[in-house]
Amino acid sequence: MTAPNSAVPVFEVRDVTFRYHAVTALDGLNLTIMPGERIALLGANGSGKSTLLSILDGLYFPQKGGVAFCGQPLTEDRLQTQEIEFDFRRRVALVFQNPDVQLFNPTVFDEVAFGPLQMRWPKAQILDRVSEILEQMEITHLKDRSPHHLSMGEKKRVALASVLILDPEVLLLDEPTAALDPKSESQMIDFLVSCSGGRKTVVTATHDLDLIEDIADCCHIFQSGRIVGAGTAAEIVKDHALLLSTNLIHAHRHAHASGELHSHPHRHGHGHGH
Amino acid sequence: MSGQSRSGQSRGVIERSLATFVDALQHTFHAEELAKKRGLLQRLDARVKIVAILPLIIIAALARQLTVICALFTFAVAIALLSRVPPSTLAKRVWLPVLAFTGLISLPAPFLTPGKAIYSLPLLGWTITAQGLRSAIYLIMRAETAATFSILVILCTPWTNVLKALRVLRFPTALVVIVGMTYRYIFLLLQTAHDMFQSRKSRMVGQLDGRELRRTATASAGVLMSKTLQLSEDVHLAMRSRGFRGEVYVLNEFQTGWFDWVMLPLFTGIAVLAFWFGR
Repeated sequence: MTAPNSAVPVFEVRDVTFRYHAVTALDGLNLTIMPGERIALLGANGSGKSTLLSILDGLYFPQKGGVAFCGQPLTEDRLQTQEIEFDFRRRVALVFQNPDVQLFNPTVFDEVAFGPLQMRWPKAQILDRVSEILEQMEITHLKDRSPHHLSMGEKKRVALASVLILDPEVLLLDEPTAALDPKSESQMIDFLVSCSGGRKTVVTATHDLDLIEDIADCCHIFQSGRIVGAGTAAEIVKDHALLLSTNLIHAHRHAHASGELHSHPHRHGHGHGH
Repeated sequence: MSGQSRSGQSRGVIERSLATFVDALQHTFHAEELAKKRGLLQRLDARVKIVAILPLIIIAALARQLTVICALFTFAVAIALLSRVPPSTLAKRVWLPVLAFTGLISLPAPFLTPGKAIYSLPLLGWTITAQGLRSAIYLIMRAETAATFSILVILCTPWTNVLKALRVLRFPTALVVIVGMTYRYIFLLLQTAHDMFQSRKSRMVGQLDGRELRRTATASAGVLMSKTLQLSEDVHLAMRSRGFRGEVYVLNEFQTGWFDWVMLPLFTGIAVLAFWFGR
């Protein structure tokens, strides 16, 4: 795989269609992601965001259309070559929505060390880097704990640490704040903001509108496997018609003291009302 | 755990079993606390502990002299005390369950084994023979001793270190990884199953008849199976995403100290003596 070039897109998704048996998850999707961009993929459940992340991470491959990574086709055949796959896996990392899926090792330490070990890094380098990343993510005290003893917030941080250890150029995040309490969510956003600054490209799939202004410059709205709208985070949160039509907000009906019943667009946030 | 729910309705076998398994999760916290104490076994390197204790388990199971088995049992209790494992914990988690299990298996032996009659049960008139009683005691003591040594290793070593030590000691990597992942996910799946039953119970009024109960249990098993398959698929994708290509690589972080090199010959010496006198 070639080194990143600011003129060459990190990912170029062209006319991608992907089906799970009879269900179409992505339907002729086109998307270009440039180096250093912070992108949010917004959409209701089942709109195809997570499938796209899996395709960008080379875990699924489209039945129609194609994806290029840094100008090179991202195909199953190419990833069969160990050198190409290790280079790709080091540069692109995916944080899964459900941390229990991602935390399969006996301890937090093993979890964070898993990626470098598979890529045959020298032992001393792995030990140094694991200590460094545990400290950075403020989870050193958890290093000998088993993942099933951790809280959801701690699991999410360990899952993030387990991919950040490889210092990837591209970070793919699937609902990074889902199922977190307000404090853990705030900590997670702080981590994401701090690690998305600079040279990293960050693609976040979410339906949390309160998150996007902090972690994305550009948003793409998904519906039924297609992109139906795009814009800056500020533009998107003001486009109530688009958000309503894509089920990202809903009409909220309530009565006032006068007895008048009315409705207006409503989104579920955390810590502040609508 | 009680076999009765708060409402007084008796709980099903599956629900009781799930609750027991979920309760076992809480025990793992207790086990980890014991593993962190400053005791004899806790100070030993996990590899040394396995190499030192494994022969004692095998010898206890094979010894032909009751005195040797009893001596090994006494040694196991002494190690437990020096490792700050309370005898009440051993009694609850090993001695009583093993006694109940092996006692049941060996129950016919005193009556059925031919030999010198030493006692006759009143009313029933069944005769207990010395040879039969001896066989039963052998079986129970062997099982109690081997199980005590085994549980001491588990209680005094974080489970993750047991797995790592097995890998370092060249046990097949695939086997150790499968055991580790089973331990990692069994609680998650049991918790899921338990939540499914609780959720159904919270929405149910009255009692289901036997046929309905079997139908819902089968449906729940199907859903759980489906979730398990999805989880295994997702875990595999997560492993591939971080460079897994079919072979797992591990770090060997263990370090032995002087204490290990003093204790290893001591345990080995005791194992050799037990083997010699227990033939």
